[in-house]
Amino acid sequence: MTAFLAAAVVAGTPLLFATLGELITEKAGNLNLGVEGMMLMGAVMGFAVGLWTGNPYLALLGAMGAGASGAAIYAILTVSLRANQVVTGLTLTIFGIGFASFVGKSFMGVPASASVKSVFATLEIPLLSKISIIGPVFFRQDILIYFGYLITICASVYLWKTKNGLNLKAVGENAAAADASGINVNLYKYVHIILGGALCGLGGAYMSLVTVPVWQENVVAGRGWIAVALVIFASWKPSRALIGAFLFGGLNILGYRLQSMGIHVSQYIVDMVPYLATILIVIISTRKNRKEDMGPADLSNPYFREDR
Amino acid sequence: MKKLLALLLVLALVMSSLAGCGKADDSTGPDASGDAELTVGFIYIGPKTDGGFSEAQDRGRQAMVDHFDGRVKTLEMENVPEEKQAVESAAINMIDQGASVIIGTSYGYMDTLEALADQYEDVIFLHFSGNKMNDTNFGNYFGAMEEPRYLAGIVAGMMTETNKIGYVAAFPYTELLIGINAFTLGAKSVNPDAEVLVVYTNAWVDAANEKAAAEALLAKGCDVLEQHCDTTGPQIAAEAAGAYAIGYNMDSREAAPGAFLTAPIWHHEAFYIETVQNILDGTWEPESYYGTMADGYVGLAEMSDLVPDEVKDAVSEAEAKIMAGEFPIFVGPIKDNQGNIVVPEGTTLDRAGIWSMNYLVEGAKGAIE
Repeated sequence: MTAFLAAAVVAGTPLLFATLGELITEKAGNLNLGVEGMMLMGAVMGFAVGLWTGNPYLALLGAMGAGASGAAIYAILTVSLRANQVVTGLTLTIFGIGFASFVGKSFMGVPASASVKSVFATLEIPLLSKISIIGPVFFRQDILIYFGYLITICASVYLWKTKNGLNLKAVGENAAAADASGINVNLYKYVHIILGGALCGLGGAYMSLVTVPVWQENVVAGRGWIAVALVIFASWKPSRALIGAFLFGGLNILGYRLQSMGIHVSQYIVDMVPYLATILIVIISTRKNRKEDMGPADLSNPYFREDR
Repeated sequence: MKKLLALLLVLALVMSSLAGCGKADDSTGPDASGDAELTVGFIYIGPKTDGGFSEAQDRGRQAMVDHFDGRVKTLEMENVPEEKQAVESAAINMIDQGASVIIGTSYGYMDTLEALADQYEDVIFLHFSGNKMNDTNFGNYFGAMEEPRYLAGIVAGMMTETNKIGYVAAFPYTELLIGINAFTLGAKSVNPDAEVLVVYTNAWVDAANEKAAAEALLAKGCDVLEQHCDTTGPQIAAEAAGAYAIGYNMDSREAAPGAFLTAPIWHHEAFYIETVQNILDGTWEPESYYGTMADGYVGLAEMSDLVPDEVKDAVSEAEAKIMAGEFPIFVGPIKDNQGNIVVPEGTTLDRAGIWSMNYLVEGAKGAIE
């Protein structure tokens, strides 16, 4: 059982990074459907830099840089040029898939270098890893998973306890009001969209450097879309994103565990569960009509100062 | 002005993402241009460097081009989805560039190729893994993968200590059931106590899920894994758990050297060289080709150093019998995993019998639909 839960945490970690990235982006009032593309850009660049330099930290920086540059394209188009956010995001996904295949062509099937892999080996946290169940599940993992916990905490504190975080939420809720109160709306949008893209890139790099450290075509395989659903599932709250990511990660691998025990549930149904759960959460939160569970009010509306 | 710029940038994004796919490229090199006697067009479902299915096809194509040394020129179209429109435009595009043979390497191209064969009577169409053909210009080809899979089963059966062998498969349908059954019969021929646990991933290419499926099998006590899906995910999982793994499609020992034993692989060049030779000689006729190990069309990759000599000897012995044609894989009596006799004593399954399998044999545990 603990083995299954620990595997669920591993399966959920790329989702966690991507979900937090999309969450921060949406808090700035921008819906970026390019998560899948940015994850793939991060996956391929992280792998490539790791291969060229043998340095895992440069690899992660490369991944975040690739995700961020994808997001920067999106930001220029949607913030400065006020292009349709849905269309631009979808285009970014298609672009990212092509980009990853193109860059990855030369090292298809090549394993990541040993110096990179060794840094992502399991690292037990003293004391904490000795706690029963919780220890082996959460604290006998690799360094990036711990980084995921840290980012979740930082994002929560940032959004609810800092002035910048509150300003960011104001931008997402009502850009015109935020502008009137002296917040630089476009700067906030740019910074958080790009930051969000960097996190998506990191999520992709987790898949190509840690999960299966061999370059393969389309490593992300649709997880970017699950992350988009997860943001709604998490009601735009980082702590719930953590729970949701590990839950969806667990659901993702549950079918295989059942099959190996001789219980045959159609994998198609298992694949549907994350989306069904999201629909359920949307229904529940709309029924309750609680403002704090809803998305930013200005989500996906472009902001024209002249229209104010 | 800004709107126009936005539109232009979006367009640039779209174009650049499309630029990577769907372009036919002529990779025969400058020395062969113009003088080739025959142009052959290949349609691939994925990129030709996918490290698996399409790459195996493309290696066969390259070997064929090298064999004919300038006499044959090829065109390739990658990432062609299994849709009528896409297949048609890929094929017609290559025919316009002078291709007189079109080879489609994915099952879903079948009906479109059949229709094209009616329309373009001068062009020869060849289709991988299908079962349709006509009397004039449309043939199909596939391989007896059950033979190397049986041998892989011998390797796994002799090397397992827990008597549990894991099998990560993509989808539960006939081609895969044949593979699982042949593998299980191979394993049980050397180790009657062995059982094969099957987990399906519902995707041909999904490294992370294939690894997760493999981890589920390893957690159930499997110590040797076999796969019928296209990434090295299961081999990575096996290596991390200190278990062994058998690959598929191509030799992938670099990905997980600590686990890789061998792999049932394709040698498409065996069919391409023979067929193109017949076409050049004018003796080609539509056929439904089923390449065996004796034909050199399928085989087992060279076994790694992790495989003990006694296992290698046992495999060579069975291999010699299969090559000599005196060892059909599916010989009765064979029971399915519900205990029913599916192949009675004294019966040997022929190709049609093999390709109507809808059961798993005794010793294999998993879903069949």
